[in-house]
Amino acid sequence: MAEIGLNHYLVLAAIVFTLGICGIFLNRKNVIVILMSVELMLLAVNINFVAFSSFLHDMVGQVFTMFVLTVAAAEAAIGLAILMVYFRNRGTIAVEDINMMKG
Amino acid sequence: MIALAFWLFATLTVASAVMVISARNTVHSVLFLIFCFFNAAGLFVLLGAEFLAMILVVVYVGAVAVLFLFVVMMLDIDFTELRQGFLRYLPVGIVVGVVLCVEIVFVFKTWILNPDMATVAAAVTPPLDQISNTQALGSLIYTHYVYAFQASGLILLVAMIGAIMLTHRARVGVRKQTISTQVARKREDAVTVVKVPTGEGI
Repeated sequence: MAEIGLNHYLVLAAIVFTLGICGIFLNRKNVIVILMSVELMLLAVNINFVAFSSFLHDMVGQVFTMFVLTVAAAEAAIGLAILMVYFRNRGTIAVEDINMMKG
Repeated sequence: MIALAFWLFATLTVASAVMVISARNTVHSVLFLIFCFFNAAGLFVLLGAEFLAMILVVVYVGAVAVLFLFVVMMLDIDFTELRQGFLRYLPVGIVVGVVLCVEIVFVFKTWILNPDMATVAAAVTPPLDQISNTQALGSLIYTHYVYAFQASGLILLVAMIGAIMLTHRARVGVRKQTISTQVARKREDAVTVVKVPTGEGI
């Protein structure tokens, strides 16, 4: 079994990122799955950061990963709160029904 | 051994990510997301970022994914109805995904790292046998990155206040104790002294 290098991690992160994008395409109606796909994409970015940090011996990548995690947690909390309010008002979370602000 | 662990964690990460976007039941999606984060934490441990691995487990599995689970279970929605169109979008989704993935992989395969990269590191990782990962991270975020660290705390505060503001609703018809009204109450509002003439009653 070959030695695991930086490229292995980068390809893994690329696959996870692509799966996140596919998730947005496939579940166009379900906002919750779209939010989870965004989380997957952020996870892929974090894998990239940590892999570079580890292979280049630079700690800053891990510091930045922490900030990405913070922002992702905040984004999930706000997104789900908006989803709850929206569901309370409209009784649905289907994406194509979110058009009340259409001019 | 490390290679074996990498292939195990990587395969499980990708497999659970596939299940996140394709599971029929949204609750299962959330559970696979949790599994995906666990495997990513394993990868972080392999890369020597133990602190971030633990943060990933605590914050993501313990807070974010459980938040997702709560919301999925609180919303009274027929999720199967939301899955309609899955097959219709499947071809275009796969095409876009494969093209994008191949493009990104081509970028990784063709591009060469600057050989002087180790000399331009902003903060060189100390050797693990001298100082632990957590200590190294802490000595960075509390010195060079202290303002960014405080700002991320502010982001969390704003997110917390925002989430509470959005989801809080004042319910009508609930009898609650209001201390200020109790304290502000005067004797004259509550008690009247009535002179009752003897033998007549009121």
